[in-house]
Amino acid sequence: MLSYLIRRLLLMVVTLFGVSVAIFLLLRIVPGNIADILFDSAGLIDPAEKQKIVADLGLDLPLPLQYWQWLNGLLHGDLGFSYVSEKPVIDEILPRIPITARLAALAMIFAVCAGVPLGVISAVRQNTKLDYALRVLSLSGLSMPSFWLGLLILMACVRWFGTIPIYDRAPETFWAWLAMLAIPAASVGFRSSALIMRLTRSSMLEVLRQDFVRTAKSKGLSDTAVTYDHALRNAVLPVITTIGVETAFLFGGLIVTETVFNIPGVARFLVEAIRWRDYPMVQNLVMFIAVVVVSVNLIVDLLYMLVDPRIRYSE
Amino acid sequence: MSRMLRRLAVASVCTLMLFAGIAHAQKQGGVLRITHRDNPPSASIHEEATISTDMPFMGVFNNLVVFAPDAKQNRLEAVVPELATSWKYSDDERTLTFQLRDGVKWHDGKPFTAADVKCTWDVVSGKVDGKMRKNPRKTWWFNIKDIAVDNPLQVTFHLNDPQPSFLVMLAGGFSPVYPCHVPAAQMRTHPIGTGPFKFVSFQQNESIKLERNTEYWKPGRPYLDGIEYTIIANRSTAVLALESGKFDMNITGELTPELVKDVQSHVPTMQCVVQPSNTQGNLLINRDRPPFDDAKIRRALGLSIDRKAFSDILSRGVYNIGGAMLAPPEGIWGWTKEFMETVPGYGADVEKSREEGRRIMKELGYGPDKMLQLKVSTRNIPDYRDAAVLLIDHIKNVYIQGELEPLDSSVWYARLLKKDYAVGMNVQGTGVDDPDVMFFENYTCNSERNYTAYCNKDLEVLFRKQSQMKDFEARKQLVWQIDRTLQEDGARPVVFQSQGGTCWWPAVKGLHLAVNSIYNHWRFDDVWLER
Repeated sequence: MLSYLIRRLLLMVVTLFGVSVAIFLLLRIVPGNIADILFDSAGLIDPAEKQKIVADLGLDLPLPLQYWQWLNGLLHGDLGFSYVSEKPVIDEILPRIPITARLAALAMIFAVCAGVPLGVISAVRQNTKLDYALRVLSLSGLSMPSFWLGLLILMACVRWFGTIPIYDRAPETFWAWLAMLAIPAASVGFRSSALIMRLTRSSMLEVLRQDFVRTAKSKGLSDTAVTYDHALRNAVLPVITTIGVETAFLFGGLIVTETVFNIPGVARFLVEAIRWRDYPMVQNLVMFIAVVVVSVNLIVDLLYMLVDPRIRYSE
Repeated sequence: MSRMLRRLAVASVCTLMLFAGIAHAQKQGGVLRITHRDNPPSASIHEEATISTDMPFMGVFNNLVVFAPDAKQNRLEAVVPELATSWKYSDDERTLTFQLRDGVKWHDGKPFTAADVKCTWDVVSGKVDGKMRKNPRKTWWFNIKDIAVDNPLQVTFHLNDPQPSFLVMLAGGFSPVYPCHVPAAQMRTHPIGTGPFKFVSFQQNESIKLERNTEYWKPGRPYLDGIEYTIIANRSTAVLALESGKFDMNITGELTPELVKDVQSHVPTMQCVVQPSNTQGNLLINRDRPPFDDAKIRRALGLSIDRKAFSDILSRGVYNIGGAMLAPPEGIWGWTKEFMETVPGYGADVEKSREEGRRIMKELGYGPDKMLQLKVSTRNIPDYRDAAVLLIDHIKNVYIQGELEPLDSSVWYARLLKKDYAVGMNVQGTGVDDPDVMFFENYTCNSERNYTAYCNKDLEVLFRKQSQMKDFEARKQLVWQIDRTLQEDGARPVVFQSQGGTCWWPAVKGLHLAVNSIYNHWRFDDVWLER
């Protein structure tokens, strides 16, 4: 077990190194840099003044040196300064992480709480009207663009409640906080819940046909016990994988939701940073998201062992 | 006698009641909440050329002089003192002396003096390196010879030539006085001013917060406790948030005329104005690249444009039609309709102009079977792209086949810099409705914003001549002729003059917008909330 963990951690380091090289090079392949954007915003065209900005920001240094400076800073906890705000990158990123983390967590709670039970019900009631209705619901969740759904929700809020959830950094109560994030979370969680529901359903259908389920039923166990204690436990492994992947995806994939609901999280910030070619900001944000993704993957793999004791990674 | 005294007493009481009523009419307190459209590039007004910076940070500063807050039109006659208490020209009008307000303090407690005025204009005129990243309006101050600090409360601008517009430029929102003791880098992130509101925070892509300056030099002002701008990049969300009452107003000029109609139909009590944004759509023609090095082709291209169609399609006829200067009645210096009819390409008979364009192109060997092929480059954002698509449709009429080339903002700039384009569709704004601003910023040979590198030395002589003229009517006639030459030369043919909408809830009081600029009325020291 320990050797497996060490192996995975080493693999994480290699993966993150690869990501760092890729993001560093990709950013510089994209045409234009911060000096272009700054000059564009002021409507200027004097090449000499632009060159001054390029030199001030160190963009004229050789690429390997720029990369080394970033990596060296990263290893020493110095993420550099944002080109746009001229503040330390860490000060810009840190306050935004909890915002996205809370939104992603709420969305996943909604997705799991809705997706798993509805998937089980859909499987147990296969080919009934309820099953058809739930399948239509899950299909709509997968096919509806989240920006469209988000705007519809906002319009409905204005029409029926005369207000919309606008982000407030310091809501007065827990309920105010929940009300503020619940609608965006439900909007983004709807898609994930649809995915989880479909996967739970198909996985359950397969398990419900297994011999041990029939045996459990013939022993006289209640339907609930058979479904949830025996069948669901065996059907849940692929669902856990999906939950893990979706959680990691949400950290970088909340762009549309954060934009439509105007939530100042990591994803929206990343898009703006890319637009401004704010290299220090983009590089460090992408690295952060990469760390989240590989960490979640590791956690999911370790969870397998807890859910299914037959799995032992030392072998 | 007693009757007279009684009348006097009644009159006094009435007067007192009236003043008391006025005093109570303006309510102290409350935070004005405004939707902002995007993240400002920085907080330093002198380094930026966008309303995204100008509007939220104008309340932090003061100018020497300013346009009267209730003036409907920004013009010379509307200029009133602000940090200056008075000004005086010398007899030859080459020396302008300002008496400064005593006892004014910067937000960090240091005293404001004439040295601050000198160092601000030494930097923005390019005489001193103030370590600014950008200086987009350096050309505005071409006429400053020297600035002298006579004493802490008196400063004198020595000008090369008389320039009536000098005061107008000083009064614009883009001309605040900066503190000498605060470095440029700090002004970009944490600006210090003397204005009615102190800077509190600027969270990237999130919000800008200002709070009341309790030591503001104007007694009893500002009324508001603070102003909060929330950056809402999605326009639909911003409109819904405004309609729901979460915000008091939107950033100026951001709503299209159609959206303003929508907002007012949903919330009939909403106060809205649609006004010229001093932003214009114009053509960039690369005169260094064949075949556009031939003036005839440039002229033919200009003749193909149906400006009314642009206005009708892009804004249902709301956009103005004119030359470089903003068209009347909102604009001061624009052509009258009668004069405009005489300018080639501006006549009502578009087909006649196009016929002339086709004739020119045929002379050059082009025709329906041999169209001139080119790419129309533009920034890949709706305002630019929509206009470029229309342009492609129009130039077909003079045997030019255009292909749209939408470019990312950063690439767009790089291409302009390298002159790597044939024809470009451009949208740009100017801070003040004034010929000096327009001509020197955009059309002089050495201007940083002269994208097409149009250089006409004879015309530059006229730029300077009009700049020195005191007689308004005579100057206007000359401005019209200059504008006409610019359009005929295809320097940067103007296709439309945009208008944008601003809406606010009835609770916002004391807000006055000028009809000929969106950049100059955002001090907010006279604004209060009635709720």
